Amino acid sequence: MTTLRRVVITTPILFLLVTFSVFAMMAAAPGDPAIDLAGQNATDEDVARVRAELGLDRSFLVQYWNWLSGVFTGDFGTSYSRRQPVAELIASRLEPTLSLALVAIVVAVVLGVALGVLATVRPGGVLDRIVGVVSSAGIALPQFWVGMLLVMVFALTLRTMPATGYVPLSEGVAPWAAHIVLPAVALAVMPAAELARHTRGSVLEVLDKDHILTARAKGIPTWRIYTMHVARNAGIPIVTVLGIRIAQLLGGTVVIETVFGIQGLGTLTIDSVLGRDIPTILGIVALAAAVVLVINLLVDLSYRFIDPRTVNRVAA
Amino acid sequence: MSLHDEKTAFAAVPEAEKLPATEESPRAEKGPRTDTSMVATTVRALCRDRVTLCALVFLGFVTLVAVVGPLVVATDPNTLNLRNALVSPNAEFWLGTDDLGRDQFSRLVDATRVTMLAATEAVLVSVIIGLPLGLVSGYFGGKIDAVLGRLNDALMSVPALLLAVAVVAVVGPGLTTSMFAIGVVFSPSIFRIVRGATMAVRSETYVEAAAAIGCRPLRIMFVHVLRNTFPPVLVQISLLFGIAMIAEANLSFLGLGVTPPQASWGSLLRTAFDNFYAAPFLMFAPGLAIALTVLAFSQIGDGLRTAVGDTKGTR
Repeated sequence: MTTLRRVVITTPILFLLVTFSVFAMMAAAPGDPAIDLAGQNATDEDVARVRAELGLDRSFLVQYWNWLSGVFTGDFGTSYSRRQPVAELIASRLEPTLSLALVAIVVAVVLGVALGVLATVRPGGVLDRIVGVVSSAGIALPQFWVGMLLVMVFALTLRTMPATGYVPLSEGVAPWAAHIVLPAVALAVMPAAELARHTRGSVLEVLDKDHILTARAKGIPTWRIYTMHVARNAGIPIVTVLGIRIAQLLGGTVVIETVFGIQGLGTLTIDSVLGRDIPTILGIVALAAAVVLVINLLVDLSYRFIDPRTVNRVAA
Repeated sequence: MSLHDEKTAFAAVPEAEKLPATEESPRAEKGPRTDTSMVATTVRALCRDRVTLCALVFLGFVTLVAVVGPLVVATDPNTLNLRNALVSPNAEFWLGTDDLGRDQFSRLVDATRVTMLAATEAVLVSVIIGLPLGLVSGYFGGKIDAVLGRLNDALMSVPALLLAVAVVAVVGPGLTTSMFAIGVVFSPSIFRIVRGATMAVRSETYVEAAAAIGCRPLRIMFVHVLRNTFPPVLVQISLLFGIAMIAEANLSFLGLGVTPPQASWGSLLRTAFDNFYAAPFLMFAPGLAIALTVLAFSQIGDGLRTAVGDTKGTR
């Protein structure tokens, strides 16, 4: 099921489906971007000229085709509201979002897997229950609310962290880290909680197997059982969940960037949605689809790394 | 003699599954009567777990507030009183007032209905899309299944928030449209579960028997197969309610959900965010309301799963 082929087939379909539906909905939607762009005092000729410039006078299938062929040459069109190439616009907003997402993923994986594994040391024990409560709470809390709480505690009360903004990595690691920690943690709480649950589940399942019993009988210490025998077998379901979580986490950056006032792709998304800046929205959607492709590929490749048997299964 | 042997052999099979299996076979034949008894046993099992019972009671309370709350609360949630803007909680304004001097408590009560309705809409949409497609996909298999499965995979990898945002970009802000989009993004989870449960009962004898006496596929699917998908679907619906509430909160927080002056729990948090430094107390009540309700839904989901004995098809 989880073969490279599946990913290679599914993702272009997804890409075409999503971009085409956005295009189709745009065509069907009321309102005319040309009128908005031409300005208040524009004559009918002005509007027609703008419309021709944007290619909006052609049929929407032609428009879609033009956009699609542009994408393959790296041309995502020009933003309506900012009069700037979309590719350039996205590139300028990439770093904050990338930092945020990567740090959040690391936090989520470390926290989630650690908590999940800790819970399995004694199922039903105190630690297990604490992890259960924490992970239930983590899933139930809206991310932006966690963000606001963190700001309230660490920035306003303890005054140990800056409340908002982003400092590029080029201006030093320490200020960058100080600005990225709170938003990354806020973003990581929900995926960490889900990972903890899934890790607990799949580790417990593996611990139930006979070969673990044999290993225990041989007197192998618990930590070695975990690293040698459990990690590999419980790894695949965990990585699968992680792949899905990362895609959802990218959606979460929209909210978190708003809370922390970070000028990244998330805030760009909201601005362009509220300003109905279609080329920018399409560019972001296309980028998201591409990222999902890469994540799916990485997840698939990691299967081979974790469990070499999957390669044979694919070949067979 | 041989007939007798067959009977005992037949009886020996479900013994591994004990109660649910022995209940299942008469249900397929008699329908409604045993069906209610299954509902009754499930409810009883749910109430036996104290935490789940608490969650049920809490959810009942929230629903009650959503239905009759605005009638009971005397203060109008939309009355402006700029002289009383951003007042801290006191005897008159239990949860304080917002930046326009509106009573936060009555807004919270009013928002309960909006939020619950929004979550219900998203869940309904995903069931209406996911359930029939899952039935068809699981029942027919083959090419239909392959195509629907691919579409499902594609939809599942879209970040829910991003799709909702894209839809709002086109149609314009509004809770109804954005929760519809959320419902669409959630439909794969229902689809997968229904498909799995359908495939599990597809080869059962009573399905074959129904086909043998000439039932059409539609009838078999909706009369015989559908009810067997209910337990896992109910679990998923309960969990989806919670996720939908979080989604509503996110969308309204971003200003893509409810349109003012109407309030939802998410938009109350937006107001709290906008007045974060002046009136930090505004963020606690709506945030807790969301967190507790989502927790209640997921607890009921877990309780249901235990009560119906994690039937086939959930994975």
